[in-house]
Amino acid sequence: MAVEEAVMEPGSVGRHAQGQRIPVPRASSVGPGPAPGAARLEAVDVSAWFGDTQVLDDVSLSVPPASVTALIGPSGCGKSTFLRILNRMHESVLGAKLAGEVLLDGDDIYAPGHRLTDVRRQIGMVFQKPNPFPAMSIADNVAAGLALTSTKVSKADRAELVESNLIRAGLWDEVKDRLSRPGAALSGGQQQRLCIARALAVQPKVLLMDEPCSALDPTSTRRIEDTIAELRSQVTIVIVTHNMQQAARVSEQAAFFLAEQGTPGAIVESGPTDDIFNNPRDPRTADYVHGRFG
Amino acid sequence: MTIDLLPPIGSGRQAVPRKLTSVRERSDRVFHGAAGAIGMVVLAVTAGIGLYLGYQAIPTLRHYGLSFFTQTQWLPELDRIGIAAVLVGTAEVALVAMVVSFPLALGLALFVSDYAPKWTKSWLVSAVDLMAAVPSIVYGLWGFFLLQPHAILVARWLSQYLGWIPIFQVGTDPNAAVWQQSRYTSSVFIAGLAVAMMTIPLATAVMRAVFDQAPIGEREAAMALGGTRFGVARTVVLPFGKGGIIGGTMLALGRALGETAAVLIIISPEYIIKPRILEAGTQTVSALIAGNFGNATKSQLTALLAAGFVLFVITLAVNSAAAVIIRRSRSGLATEA
Repeated sequence: MAVEEAVMEPGSVGRHAQGQRIPVPRASSVGPGPAPGAARLEAVDVSAWFGDTQVLDDVSLSVPPASVTALIGPSGCGKSTFLRILNRMHESVLGAKLAGEVLLDGDDIYAPGHRLTDVRRQIGMVFQKPNPFPAMSIADNVAAGLALTSTKVSKADRAELVESNLIRAGLWDEVKDRLSRPGAALSGGQQQRLCIARALAVQPKVLLMDEPCSALDPTSTRRIEDTIAELRSQVTIVIVTHNMQQAARVSEQAAFFLAEQGTPGAIVESGPTDDIFNNPRDPRTADYVHGRFG
Repeated sequence: MTIDLLPPIGSGRQAVPRKLTSVRERSDRVFHGAAGAIGMVVLAVTAGIGLYLGYQAIPTLRHYGLSFFTQTQWLPELDRIGIAAVLVGTAEVALVAMVVSFPLALGLALFVSDYAPKWTKSWLVSAVDLMAAVPSIVYGLWGFFLLQPHAILVARWLSQYLGWIPIFQVGTDPNAAVWQQSRYTSSVFIAGLAVAMMTIPLATAVMRAVFDQAPIGEREAAMALGGTRFGVARTVVLPFGKGGIIGGTMLALGRALGETAAVLIIISPEYIIKPRILEAGTQTVSALIAGNFGNATKSQLTALLAAGFVLFVITLAVNSAAAVIIRRSRSGLATEA
């Protein structure tokens, strides 16, 4: 791996007022305690670089278990980079470095002794473009995590895994009669839900979604949002989105990222989604959520 | 006010696609002409070689008929000429080279594309390309002087333990206290090893180029599922690269079939159909031509050209098949987007 020597130095705390950690209150809509599978995810003083260019500065964010957190902000403000740091995908890029900690239920995923494969299995990811494995059938796609991690299961368990996760992703009814057809033959929206089912099948505690609807039509977008709503009690979700309405619809808390001219991206404000949209503390947040820039 | 109604569907008017024309830019015309002409020259030269060889082969083929392909001996003095043995020898050397080079090339290509630290990649690619730049005569000398003394130990070991398989038999006792080393030299096996060194870079380059094109989206999807590197290779890279693996191997096969200098140095000519790849003595088409060309009479020369024609046809077929497979590989199968 190219960036095993990722820079781990304490961020420069306090340089930017907006970089300071703002505690996110636990969402009240979660119900009686989080599901056993969901985990708390906490980023502490995260900074990131590509080569010599710093793209994130001292970002801290706490994501309560079994909740949906939206990361919003204009293009190029480091949201996706931040998301990729949360499951150690960032370091797969040549020249990528980072500082800070990411705690999964209090355990730093960047601590020595952790396996990349374990970390990524616990913190799954859905990408901007639907990316099912084209050579595999729909069922094989859902069960791909087993093959990738060389996990052996019985045929019945596998069928059960495929069905339950397609149901969770809201795709079962549409594909149950053609599980052996190639996954690439589905529509874009169905492919994206197939990718969600595939990510859920490895039983992650956290699911990261990087603009999962940006390549989809409004109807498919709606279906994905419904799926997110159904998943929120089972898994912790962090979603990057450019769509303000979507952020307002699906998330309980939101974090507004901004990279002002020539400076690396940082969180301007984070908190309950309602406050971010209706009662922001920072005028820049108000300007952005009301479409005055970005 | 009048309203134009569209004609009802299927009104009988037959639509005919119109011809699309436009005036081409002068610079485009010039380049088009020049590039086209150069392309035609390349095709014409290849076709010319084939035609010339075919034309030269006619007297031989007419004289010997089908026996040119069934006769194993190459005895122009006795008017007994055929390429049965040399064709088999050629195939055997190429096969050994493929068996040795395929796993090495595949592993090397996968290592460079997926396993090696990223900053070493350009160095590794250059090193592999450098392997391709070594003249084949050097590989021949290397094979004869450096490799052979060691390879015969492997050959003896193989015949000791696998001698019950006919291809690993050697007509001498491998367990003898004083073993006959000369029976293991100059064999198909050793020539194949030397040829493998020449086919590895070619096959590796093709495979690696295709592996590198495996869609990043699918790679990241596999990584994000907690996939091991091997898992990513197995689910994404290898299925995507199938065409490149087959195509690269066939290009390497084409190269192996025609390899001359290294084989000529290593083997000792023998004109019998022999399945024993570890035993001394064999002959290939290209080594036959190179070895006998110097002191051939006119009629012997056309016999050599006929042998060359057969080799030309075979390698052309193999390379064309490889090109078709590489071109067809996967392009439309990637995830949309």
